[in-house]
Amino acid sequence: MLQRLRENKPAQGTLLAAPTLLWMIGLLIIPLLLTSVISFGRRSPDGDVIFTFTLDNYTRLLGYSTDCDTGQASCFNPLYMQILWRSLTLAFNTTVLVIALAYPLAYFIARAHPKRRNTFLFLVLIPLWTNFVIRVYAWMMLLRTQGVINLVLGWLAGLINVPFAPLEMLYTPGAVLVGMVYEFLPFMILPIYTSLEKIDNSLYEAAADLGASAIKTFWRVTLPLSMPGVVAGTILVFIPVMGTFIVSDILGGRQVILVGNLIQRQFLDARDPTFGSAASLILMIMTLIVTYFYTRKFGFGEEIVAA
Amino acid sequence: MADFAVELRDVVKQFLTPEGNLLNAVDHVTMQIKNGEFFSMLGSSGCGKTTSLRMIAGFEWPTEGEVYIEGKAMGHTPPFQRKVNTVFQSYALFQHLTVFQNVAFGLEMEGAPKDEIEKRVKHALEMVQLTGMERRKPKQLSGGQQQRVAVARALVKVPDVLLLDEPLGALDLKLRKEMQLELKELQQQLGITFVYVTHDQEEAMTMSDRIAVMSKGKVQQMGTPVEIYERPANRFVADFIGESNFLDGKIKSLSKDEAVVIVPELNAELTGLPVSAGLVSGQDVTVSIRPEKIRIADKRLDQNSFTGEVKNTVYIGTDTHVFVDVGTKRIKVFEQNRISRLDPGSYYTIGQQVMLVMLPENVLILKKE
Repeated sequence: MLQRLRENKPAQGTLLAAPTLLWMIGLLIIPLLLTSVISFGRRSPDGDVIFTFTLDNYTRLLGYSTDCDTGQASCFNPLYMQILWRSLTLAFNTTVLVIALAYPLAYFIARAHPKRRNTFLFLVLIPLWTNFVIRVYAWMMLLRTQGVINLVLGWLAGLINVPFAPLEMLYTPGAVLVGMVYEFLPFMILPIYTSLEKIDNSLYEAAADLGASAIKTFWRVTLPLSMPGVVAGTILVFIPVMGTFIVSDILGGRQVILVGNLIQRQFLDARDPTFGSAASLILMIMTLIVTYFYTRKFGFGEEIVAA
Repeated sequence: MADFAVELRDVVKQFLTPEGNLLNAVDHVTMQIKNGEFFSMLGSSGCGKTTSLRMIAGFEWPTEGEVYIEGKAMGHTPPFQRKVNTVFQSYALFQHLTVFQNVAFGLEMEGAPKDEIEKRVKHALEMVQLTGMERRKPKQLSGGQQQRVAVARALVKVPDVLLLDEPLGALDLKLRKEMQLELKELQQQLGITFVYVTHDQEEAMTMSDRIAVMSKGKVQQMGTPVEIYERPANRFVADFIGESNFLDGKIKSLSKDEAVVIVPELNAELTGLPVSAGLVSGQDVTVSIRPEKIRIADKRLDQNSFTGEVKNTVYIGTDTHVFVDVGTKRIKVFEQNRISRLDPGSYYTIGQQVMLVMLPENVLILKKE
């Protein structure tokens, strides 16, 4: 038996992949199938799922309520579409801001003395040692009306005798954006750093030798060669931001509702798993579409270099 | 046109070692490279040859002294404002660009018009025999082809001076020899000054008009391949280029054109030796003689002939290396295998008594170090 396995390479591969495969089937594929089945069901008055086939949950997402006569203008409520759109733009803005902040830092670390690089990377990773939720709460302490930022600003205003009204920062879209950027920054820094670090110094020298200024070298050599890192980072940031609900929950309150919050409330508060499932699937499809077009344009990580 | 394509005047480059000491990687180097010359800097790693090249390219700036290109002092002029281009040791090709785009890169930076770029890139690729490879990526080329792209990319700019930093180091021996001849031909066709860095003495000899032999940041000798091999300036050069037998000696007598040196190791005197400047009678010297310039003779000549015993022989195809003990010294002799023979008896055998003849003009008197 063991002898035969030793000679059978494909069987070895299957055996090695089996634990992960079982895990993925049990905890990803099957739940996903269940979710799609439930999304076509109907909610019973006491919150159970009635298995049937109806598109009601999807038309509701599009803004047409089933409670009133279709065709009536007042029945159309784009609330859910607005939530989806808000999530999409927030994820987009977060990703752009994170790239803008992460790229210079990653570049700085990659070009630092090799001895210091590990220290800098260590500093980038330190926040990840603290729980995600606690880090978001920390922003609450900073941003709220009686928070650290307002206290400092008030104290500074007092010094120069200027009247000061505390800024309303918490529970705004800006607060959610700041929180998201902060949470996901390391996931952009690391892949960009990795691809920048791989660029041999002689390439910069070759560019300079051939007449390229520093700025031209960046656009023509550095940026294209580090695109795999930017692409990987974008995937690592964009997808989770689309679905996260904790940041908007804590820093956005009831003001900033994202698709993540919508789904969470359908399952826990409204007790409507059918509508929650439909929203989950739409979120997943939206994310897939965006990622598909993005990677088709910029490639998947290594492909750019290998092609 | 200036007198020299490149000139280094008393150039020093200091680096901080990891231990925190200052090291003169290049230590008061002066060299003049003529227009249209194939000039090599030869030395083992850490001798300062690459640092010197990088100072010409503009990647490093001298701590002291000055680099001149076409008669102009370079100061802190950045690389992209120097009319020199570099072929890097690792080729440094842009992996995300095609062969065409790699070669066109430098012309685009100049802002050359599109049709001119097209024409010049095509010509450059023809020069290095890469026509038809325009649309490939560097990864899809062999090592030798990548090397050609690197050469084309630098030459398309029509530099005054082409700098080459061990460009053939990564190629296998056969390809390397082909490329050596090709590069030399290219240089002769174009008439561009080539400055070539290598640690391979055979490569330097094959290609160069002149060679600077470097060690410990200093130029040990500068000259044509023949000068460097036949008249090494010191023991380091004689040892680094080719092989040599070194004997300790003392000048016994000195006339205008002949010297006599006592060599205790051979228990004999070498007479009629050529005299070089700066020698005085009674001085301790090192005598150098190349293994292929010693003859194994049948009978004693009246001058500089010594009997010895064969201790070992090594057959290497073109030559047989014969190791002969004379006095207390083991002398290495290379005998060319001019006649094809199979019979082992026709070669020297261990224990055999032989006569070594060192003609006076083959013996060099060097300063003792």
